Amino acid sequence: MFNTDLDALIPMLCVTLTALATMGTEAFRGRSERLPIGWWGLIGLGGAAFAGALLWNRNAVGYGVIVADNFGLFVTFVLIVVGALTIMFSSQVVDRDGIPAGDYYALVLFSIVGMIMMATATDLLVIFVALEILSLAVYVLTGVRRDSPKGTEAAFKYFLLGAFSSAFFLYGIAFTYGVAGSTRLEAIGSFLSAQALSNNPMILLAVGLLLVGFAFKISAVPFHMWTPDAYEGAPAIVTGFMSTGVKVAAFAAFTRVFLSTFEPFSTEWAPLVAWLAAATMILGTVVGVAQSNLKRMLAYSSIAHGGYLLVGLVAANSVGKAAILFYLLAYSVTNLAAFGVIALLGGRDRDNDELRDYAGLWHTRPALAALMTVCLLSLGGLPPTAGFIGKWYIFSAAVSAGYYWLAIIGVLTSVVSVFFYLRVVVMMYMADREAGLPAPVTVPRLGMAALMVAIVAIVYLGVLPTRVLDFAAESIATIF
Amino acid sequence: MGFGVWDLTPLLTLSWLVPLVGAILLLFVPNRDGSRNGAIRWLSLAVSIASFALTLLLWWYFDPASAEFQFVERVPWIPAFGIDYYIGLDGISLLLVVLTAFLTPIALLSSWEGIEHKVKEFCVFILALEAAMIGVFISLDLFLFYVFWDAMLIPMYFLIGIWGYDQRIYAAIKFMLYTMAGSVLMLIAILGLAYLHSEATGSYSFDLLKLYTLQIAPETQRWFFLAFALAFAIKVPLFPFHTWLPDAHVQAPTAGSVILAGVLLKMGTYGLVRFAFPLFPTAAAEFAPWIAILAVIGIIYGALVAMVQPDMKKLVAYSSVSHLGFVVLGICAMNVQGIQGAVYQMLAHGVSTGGLFLIVGMLSDRRHTRLITEFGGLKSVMPRLTAAFLIITLASIGMPGLNGFVGEFLIMLGAFRWDPRYVVGAGLGVILSAVYMLWMFQRVFYGSVTNAKNEALPDLRPREWAAAIPLCAMAIVMGVFPVLFLKPMEPSAKKLVEQVGFSQPVRVDNGREMQNAKFKMQTPSTAPQLSGVRNAVHASGR
Repeated sequence: MFNTDLDALIPMLCVTLTALATMGTEAFRGRSERLPIGWWGLIGLGGAAFAGALLWNRNAVGYGVIVADNFGLFVTFVLIVVGALTIMFSSQVVDRDGIPAGDYYALVLFSIVGMIMMATATDLLVIFVALEILSLAVYVLTGVRRDSPKGTEAAFKYFLLGAFSSAFFLYGIAFTYGVAGSTRLEAIGSFLSAQALSNNPMILLAVGLLLVGFAFKISAVPFHMWTPDAYEGAPAIVTGFMSTGVKVAAFAAFTRVFLSTFEPFSTEWAPLVAWLAAATMILGTVVGVAQSNLKRMLAYSSIAHGGYLLVGLVAANSVGKAAILFYLLAYSVTNLAAFGVIALLGGRDRDNDELRDYAGLWHTRPALAALMTVCLLSLGGLPPTAGFIGKWYIFSAAVSAGYYWLAIIGVLTSVVSVFFYLRVVVMMYMADREAGLPAPVTVPRLGMAALMVAIVAIVYLGVLPTRVLDFAAESIATIF
Repeated sequence: MGFGVWDLTPLLTLSWLVPLVGAILLLFVPNRDGSRNGAIRWLSLAVSIASFALTLLLWWYFDPASAEFQFVERVPWIPAFGIDYYIGLDGISLLLVVLTAFLTPIALLSSWEGIEHKVKEFCVFILALEAAMIGVFISLDLFLFYVFWDAMLIPMYFLIGIWGYDQRIYAAIKFMLYTMAGSVLMLIAILGLAYLHSEATGSYSFDLLKLYTLQIAPETQRWFFLAFALAFAIKVPLFPFHTWLPDAHVQAPTAGSVILAGVLLKMGTYGLVRFAFPLFPTAAAEFAPWIAILAVIGIIYGALVAMVQPDMKKLVAYSSVSHLGFVVLGICAMNVQGIQGAVYQMLAHGVSTGGLFLIVGMLSDRRHTRLITEFGGLKSVMPRLTAAFLIITLASIGMPGLNGFVGEFLIMLGAFRWDPRYVVGAGLGVILSAVYMLWMFQRVFYGSVTNAKNEALPDLRPREWAAAIPLCAMAIVMGVFPVLFLKPMEPSAKKLVEQVGFSQPVRVDNGREMQNAKFKMQTPSTAPQLSGVRNAVHASGR
């Protein structure tokens, strides 16, 4: 565009500016005046998407620490989709729940900035800064409903454990710098591949600490403890946002750091990550079976999905890398849509997120029940949905890398997960509504539109995935 | 193949697309208060009949002399992985497709009065199910096959879970999880196959015909075969994987049971014939005796358990376990008679068990119970229903002149040529099937009316006639003119046997060689055998 260092930063700048505009609008709004503040965000994200499209295939580098390569841009697009859907779902949910709209949208947008930065950063310190930008915003979003004790508790837990893991991450950076003398990924990578360092305890410690940091953010077992509480306590749409956006950004950075920079050590970390993946898939699904709260159940399910993504990371062949990107997209759209349904059905006084609240939904709101069913089937990996193609892609990567055992654990856990997804379907379609539960609320139109978009995307990715698959393969080809 | 006007028509694609499009269109018919139920029923019936007509056209234009896949359509779908939309029919799948399209209108008719709430959704699910089932039978790409295979579970799950009887939710979830647990391991094996293909040739492929020619190490074959066989064994269901079946069959609404017994079970046996055996011939030869033993156990076990069932639907469900055991035995024999008998028995079982569930459903609609002890002496109350039930019962037993006989006869003939010991067990099953079916028939229809509630039961209604007559007629036609159905499948069966038999690597060790030799054993000509069957059928039919 301008052929300056700023090029690579334009998508982030677009979102930042609209975030600032959102805050400004909120500050100058009359006390009872209602403004469609969310539209600012949509405009900013649209601008970012447009800028991203112009930057495609250009590998723009910004100040040596941000690179808008195709990999980063693909993730940026996914994040833009996540952000746009979140804002659309939030439109009336925010008013209903009495959340201050200006703060809320600004925080969502700032965290998206952090996420995009994390996906495009090529310096460990910048990745850390991005991690903090997005984390701080998300901590606040978790507790955005200040009158809710559960939300406050969730935010506090999330914050404490998050700070703890940031320390691990930072420590890992310090050790890496101590060995390689740089925080630039490229410099570290060339240093590591030039020297035979595989027995150096410092670098192994560094890799291990960074792994812990990332594992916390993607809530891999055993670093998942915060997830169920934080996901249950936060408002449903925030949960949807952080279970997708944070995971996407963290996985992008994880992939970039571990598959390019620490590639020479893959024999050291791959078995470790393989075990993490297995534990994450198993624990996420097995504990998910026992949940009666839908948000908590989806929290465990999202842990399990993190496990599937880790399988892609372990099977780090050409298939696996593209599979991660495709899976991130499929998972984000699906999971966000599922949380969107929960958010739309919530009430001012009651979240309506217990499993029994969904009893007989088919009779009262047939469209919502059908759309939720599509989301759940996609999460369970049944054709013809995006989730099926995603899982198929991940497992074919695992099989072609020789990790049959991981693939078998993966498919068996997805059968178990189908069991708990089906419990929701059973409730919606086959159970009768309990007396005394409040009737479902009216569904906001913008939220319904977002849901339709998501469902169309899920089915499109499930039936005609070729274009996006090629797109993912192409974006991975440029850097690894 | 002379197609004439149909040259440019993707007939095969239409056969599954018509029901699917019908289902999608139905979704948009507003019917919140149920005021359009009638129209929706007629519309879905019309769609399913149109689809049946299409499959008849396929049969009409099918070249029975060819063993090749016909009506082949191929469009790249996910080129990066060599995945194509690749479909075709051979003699084995042709008739199964016809059977599917034949049973769907009957299933819809059977639910005309039984299903009163959410009629639109019911019809949508039935039509979607039909599309997926046809898709399973015509796929020549393993990926496509798996998509249809899994997609089919969703409508069936809803059919059982929403419109079923008291234990429906448990039965629906059990059905879904059982089937999925089997099929996901098959998914791994499919991925493994594609990977082996890429190792051998440099590119991924899910093309069944290409994968047939792949040389696979015996050890790998063994694992992959087990993964495939498990998926299909659960679907068949082969003893001891049958425990989902009684629940699903008994709890499903009549239409669901008809389709479940009529078509879904055949997917398991079809899978063995189409995929598991020809893809992994060495492993298949190794495991065939074991599978055959399970099949024979299933034949006898299913029959014995059926005998003591107090519930008619459960009795019919267990009889399916027994009958499907025959099919698996025929497949394991892997000679032309065995395969032809197996496929014939699949069709016959679809017709006769579909018919049994249909009529049991009619009784249950009238009395809201299916316990045998609740009935008795119905012959004097409803003579027409009794006549229809008698025909179907005899067909199911394997009475010569009706459809069940031909399949069982051929299967036993094939099994005898392979290893006569299995036939002893299977023969016992034939006798037992007569015991449990006739005993049930006697208790329900003969004697005097013992229960006052049965005195005023209405006989067959016109709509029920429409459902029962095609099944009875088909049972007779298939019994009297078996060659009509055997002829198109003969070249394909021969080719299959050659494919599985000839690709055995010759082993040095004794035991294996013996088995392989048995596999290779083929009749020089099958024609005399077939005419033998024909004569036998004609002779005893009179």
